[in-house]
Amino acid sequence: MKKFFAQTYLWLLLTMLYAPIVIIAIFSFTEAKVLGNWTGFSTKLYTSLFSGGVHHSLLSAIENTLIIALVAAVISTILGSIAAIGIHNLRGRKRQVINTLNNIPMLNPDIITGISLFLLFVSLGITQGYTTVILAHVAFCTPYVVLCVMPRLQQMNPNIYEAALDLGATPMQALRKVIIPEIKAGMISGFILAFTLSIDDFAVTIFTIGTDGLETLSTYIYADARKGGLTPELRPLSTIIFAAVLFLLIVINVRTYRSQKQKEVKL
Amino acid sequence: MENSNFIIELSHLSKSFGDKVVLDDVSLFVKKGEFVTILGPSGCGKTTLLRILAGFGNANEGEIRIAGEDITDVPPHKRPVNTVFQRYALFPHLNVYDNVAFGLKLKKVKSDEIDSRVRKVLKMVGMTDYEWRDVNSLSGGQQQRVAIARAIINRPQVLLLDEPLAALDLKMRKDMQMELKEMHKTLGITFVYVTHDQEEALTLSDTIVVMNEGKVQQIGTPTDIYNEPKNSFVADFIGESNILNGTMLCDKKVEFMGEEFECVDEGFGENVPVDVVIRPEDVYIMAQSEAGQFDGVVQSCIFKGVHYEMVVLTDNGYEIMIQDYNAFEVGQAVSMIVKPSDIHVMEKERTCNCFEGEVIDSTHVRILDTSFVCNDLGDVKGGEAVNVRVAFDKVELMDNKEDGTLVGDVRFILYKGDHYHLTVRTLSGENIYVDTHDVWDDRDIVGVRIMPEDMNIEFVENK
Repeated sequence: MKKFFAQTYLWLLLTMLYAPIVIIAIFSFTEAKVLGNWTGFSTKLYTSLFSGGVHHSLLSAIENTLIIALVAAVISTILGSIAAIGIHNLRGRKRQVINTLNNIPMLNPDIITGISLFLLFVSLGITQGYTTVILAHVAFCTPYVVLCVMPRLQQMNPNIYEAALDLGATPMQALRKVIIPEIKAGMISGFILAFTLSIDDFAVTIFTIGTDGLETLSTYIYADARKGGLTPELRPLSTIIFAAVLFLLIVINVRTYRSQKQKEVKL
Repeated sequence: MENSNFIIELSHLSKSFGDKVVLDDVSLFVKKGEFVTILGPSGCGKTTLLRILAGFGNANEGEIRIAGEDITDVPPHKRPVNTVFQRYALFPHLNVYDNVAFGLKLKKVKSDEIDSRVRKVLKMVGMTDYEWRDVNSLSGGQQQRVAIARAIINRPQVLLLDEPLAALDLKMRKDMQMELKEMHKTLGITFVYVTHDQEEALTLSDTIVVMNEGKVQQIGTPTDIYNEPKNSFVADFIGESNILNGTMLCDKKVEFMGEEFECVDEGFGENVPVDVVIRPEDVYIMAQSEAGQFDGVVQSCIFKGVHYEMVVLTDNGYEIMIQDYNAFEVGQAVSMIVKPSDIHVMEKERTCNCFEGEVIDSTHVRILDTSFVCNDLGDVKGGEAVNVRVAFDKVELMDNKEDGTLVGDVRFILYKGDHYHLTVRTLSGENIYVDTHDVWDDRDIVGVRIMPEDMNIEFVENK
């Protein structure tokens, strides 16, 4: 009996968590303009999503989102990895302090980050647009990359960098041939995380995107919803994004699972 | 350059991390092709010395020359040395072949030459056919072989080995020792080997450098170090030994354990306090007889495989460790003989504690960063420099650290037959030497007390 309740509770919880996503996914396969009406199975929303035309601005929003996410993820992966190596080489208190400084931006509410960046850009006189959005995204993604790379560095045998130098590698060569291969897995996880965070972001983006008509997916949807009623094509789009994120999550988890297993074999 | 005999010349190296002095004026000269072992307990600075040689750390002072060239400030990748690390430090993402070829690939050696050289060194370390194996799948011993191959393939002038066998099991270690020695012979490369295992050092080396507390204690061949230890630390650290307080009566005559003995040492002067070292295997033991030099009763007898190890309490109250092929029963009365040439006499490093300090007021002095009560000094201003002498047996140690005037921890314990000679390190990093009958353990935290009447205070004349 106890087990029955435990099971029920679990399924109830999962249903509540996933109901919105499932509903969006189901209703993406029908043509009805109003969400909640089922007018028979159809993939028309999917085809119209990609055929452009009326929804040109939606497509360009998707494009912007992907470009911003890609650039921001690449930059923050590079910055974050370098920072992680630097922090790793610090000793004692200094390391603790810098680590805490790295963690604070992650705990800081997005809305605060957004407003502060907005004020910063305005006071520096930087025109808001692509650059500011990317800078802002790099700013909040980098700490996550540091967080992903750090454990890899800690697992690394501290002597292998010295071993590379000892065998005649310059510090740069040692970094390229020994350190980077060792932390690559962490860098990839960090990249994926930064990428998804960037796509997902609304609060910071809305403050830094400016007024020149640049739209990312999140700001587009927001504006669309405020205009009255969601464009039906957002349903298939949400479904696709969810599927993509799900896929990335599975990739990350499989990777960590594998590296853990590898470690166990080593031990 | 002046002396091309030496491949490594280390002169006056000092290094400290913060307040902690790790190397204290270390000088060392190594001949080409020599197998030198740096031996010492953990924390003695041996690994730091090796790291400075490899270029992973800089000395605060001193100069390093390899093959006559000053490399003090040369970065590690430009030094003609290669290192075998204690934890192997193989590159986990590369296979055996790529690990070994790493150095040659960096030097842009042609790939067919790399091929043949990799094959050659792998054969040398007994790892042929392992080229394409993942290094993570190898056992500890195999990884160590790959690490050695990776270092020697570069044909360095000097090979540095940092406790390379410490992580292996006993049998494996013995095998690898022989192989290393063989390799040293065939390669003709100078080996600098760091270890805390005295047996390993005695087996492998041409020259042993014994280090403790950042200082070189003795440099010599294994037989020299074993037979003629320079001080009680070396005697105690290398092999088993009986170390006793003695007095050099005159040349070739020494008194210890309340008896007079003939010995072969001279030049100490007359009635000079000395330390006497006798190796347990050098004491001849027999059933009680007139022929013995001194008598005693067997306290314990343990079978050690080849020999028996016995502790005998002499009639004068000293405990002596003896190793012999014959066993004597516990409680049996025995007699002992020590040949003159087996009595090793060492100069005493110190005969009493001497602390530099200053006067606080007429009844207080500051030594060891602590205020001590002393006998009335009469008319003093305060601030005068003094030397305070305290006999070893006048320093009291207390279990409860709050009971002492200051706190220290026991760093080195030497059994002197009838008492212990301890080195206690204070928090300010100074040593207090203590003679005691109580048993303390290494690293025990103790309270230290010195009675006012036991302090011999001497004013130091200001320039």
